[in-house]
Amino acid sequence: MSSANPFIPSAYELDKEKRAQLARWSTLAVTVALLIPVALILTLIALKAQPALSWEYLTGDVSRSGAAGGIWGPLMGTFYLTLLCLAIVAPIGILAGVYIHEYAPDNAFTRAIMVAVTSLAGVPSIVHALFGLGAFVATLGMPKGLLTAAMTLSVMTLPVIITSTREALSSVPKNFREACWNLGASRWQTIRTIVLPNSFGGILTGVILVIARAAGETAPIMFMGAVMWLRIAPAGPERLMPYGLNDEFMALSNHLNLISKDIPGMPEEMKFGSALVLLSLILFINGIASLVRLRLRRRKRW
Amino acid sequence: MSRRTPSRGWRATLSSAADWIEKPIEALIRACGWSSIVLVAAIFCFVFWYAAPLLPKIDWLGPDGFFTSTNWHAKEREGATYGVLAMIIGNFAVAAVAMVIAIPFGLAAAVYISEFAGPRSKEWFKVGIEILAAIPSIVWGFIAITMIGPLLIKYAGATMGTNLLNGGIVLGLMSIPLIVSLAEDSLRAVPDSFREAAMALGANRWEIVYRVLFPAARSGLLAACMLGVGRAIGETMAVLLATGNKNQIPTSLTDPITTLTATIASEMGDAEAGSPHSQSLFTIGLLLLVITCAINLTANLVIRGNKRQS
Repeated sequence: MSSANPFIPSAYELDKEKRAQLARWSTLAVTVALLIPVALILTLIALKAQPALSWEYLTGDVSRSGAAGGIWGPLMGTFYLTLLCLAIVAPIGILAGVYIHEYAPDNAFTRAIMVAVTSLAGVPSIVHALFGLGAFVATLGMPKGLLTAAMTLSVMTLPVIITSTREALSSVPKNFREACWNLGASRWQTIRTIVLPNSFGGILTGVILVIARAAGETAPIMFMGAVMWLRIAPAGPERLMPYGLNDEFMALSNHLNLISKDIPGMPEEMKFGSALVLLSLILFINGIASLVRLRLRRRKRW
Repeated sequence: MSRRTPSRGWRATLSSAADWIEKPIEALIRACGWSSIVLVAAIFCFVFWYAAPLLPKIDWLGPDGFFTSTNWHAKEREGATYGVLAMIIGNFAVAAVAMVIAIPFGLAAAVYISEFAGPRSKEWFKVGIEILAAIPSIVWGFIAITMIGPLLIKYAGATMGTNLLNGGIVLGLMSIPLIVSLAEDSLRAVPDSFREAAMALGANRWEIVYRVLFPAARSGLLAACMLGVGRAIGETMAVLLATGNKNQIPTSLTDPITTLTATIASEMGDAEAGSPHSQSLFTIGLLLLVITCAINLTANLVIRGNKRQS
C-alpha cells in the first residue's frame, strides 16, 4: 500500500470536476451564442446603412415620405424632445430619490411609495400613451405636441431616475452624513453640501440613461403629435429650433416606425440609415454613461 | 481680544436664511417623493375614466363577449363587438415563446457572468448585455421585419415573415438583459459565507451553483423570470412590427397574431377622441394595466418574502 498516492483524485472527484468544467463551458457557450447574433445584426445594419450615410443625409430635409433626402427634422425633434423630458424629469426624479433615501421614515407609506415606483416602471409604454392622451390632452386640454409628448415620456422615465438616484445616494457612507450633522448642519445642508456632491456621478449616470430611454421610445409619442412630415425652414435660427412647445414634431424613433412599414419604392438604405443613426445615438449615450460609471469606480476614495 | 461676544453678523444671517429655506425645500422634496404614488394612481384613474362610459355596455362573457370571443369590430358605429380573446391569447403566446428563449439563455448567462467569468471577461460580457438592453424597441421591430422575417420564411417555412415566432424571438432577446441583470443581482445577494461553507465541504464551482446558490437565490431568480414575463407582455412597438397584426388565435408558431398592446398602438391613431372605439382601446389599456401590475406586484412579494426569510 506504500505506493498508493493518497492525493490522486478518485473517480468520483474526477467526474465532479468534469461536470463543473462542462457547466462552465456550456454557460459560456450560451452567453457567447447570445451575443454573437447581436453583433452580427449590428454589423449588418451598419453595412446596409452605409450607402445612405453622408453629411447631407444627417442635415437634409425629409422628402418623399422618407424615401429621399435626410433626417434633419427628426433629429432635431428627438433632440428637443429629450431635452424637454430631461428638464421635467431630472429635478423631480432626483428630489424623489432624495426623499425616499434621506427623508422618508420607515413606515407603510414609504413602502407604498417603493411599490409605486416599481409598478410605474412596469406600466407598458402604450398605457403611458393612453395616460398622456387622457390626462394631458383630453382633461387638461393641452395641444398634442412637443410639450405633452415630453411630459408623457417624463412619467415613463421617472422610475429610472428615482432608482438610480437612490442607488447613488446609498453609496455615500452613513458616517459622512453623521459627521456633517455633528457640525450642526441641517438635513438639507448635509444633502446639498455632502450627499449630493459625493453621489454626483451615480446620479449623472441615471440622467444619461434617461436620455437614452427617452430618445428611443416610440409608443408614448406616436399619438402625442409626432408626425411623418413637417416643413422645416431651410436656413436661419428656425432651422436649429424648428418646433415650438405646442407644435407637432418629427422624431427619429417615430420616423423609423413609419418608414419601416411597407412603403413602395422605399430604398433599403434609407430605412437602415435611420435605424443606424438612432441606434448609434443611443449606444453612444449609453457609452457615456458607462464611462462615467467606470471613472467613478476608479476615483472612489472610500 | 481673544474672546468676542457672539454678534449677529453675516454668519448668523446666513444660517437663519438656511433655516428659512429648510421648510420649503423639505416640502418640495416631499412632494417629489410622493409623485410616483400620485402618478400610479392617476394612470389607473385616467385610463379607467376614459374607458368607463363603455364598461357597462360591454358584453363580458357572452357569445360576442370581451373575454370569450375573437370578434373585434370596435370601429363599427352600429353593432360593434369587442372580443379580445385572440389578443389575450396572442399576448400570452408571444410572451411564452419569448420566455422559452429568454429564461434558459438569461439564467445561463447570469450564472456564467456572476460565478465563472474572470474579472476582465465579466466586464466585457456586461458591456455586451448592456448593449442588448440599450437597443430601443422600435429598432428591434425593424430588425424583426428586415432580418429575422426573411430568415423565418427561408428556414422555418413561414408564409409571412412577421408572425408569432418572430415576435417571440425578438421579445426573448429584449427580455434577456432584464433577466440577466436581475438574476445576477440575486446570485450576488447570496452571502459569501454560503459559498465558503460549501467550498469547505469540498464542493466545486458548479456544485456551489446548483446545490447552494440556486436554492438560496430561488425566489430572486423566480422574480427575475416573472419581471421578464411582465416586460414581454407590456412591450409594444417591437410586437406591433414583428407579429403580423392579424386578429386570430394562433394554431402554429408561424401564424401571424396580434396582441393587446399592438391593437392599441395600431388603432389609437384613427380612433376619434371620446368615441366608443377610443373607449374600447382604453378598456384594453385597463386590462393590460391590471395584468402587468399583478405580475409586478407578485414578483415584488416573492422578493420581499425571501428577504424576510433570510
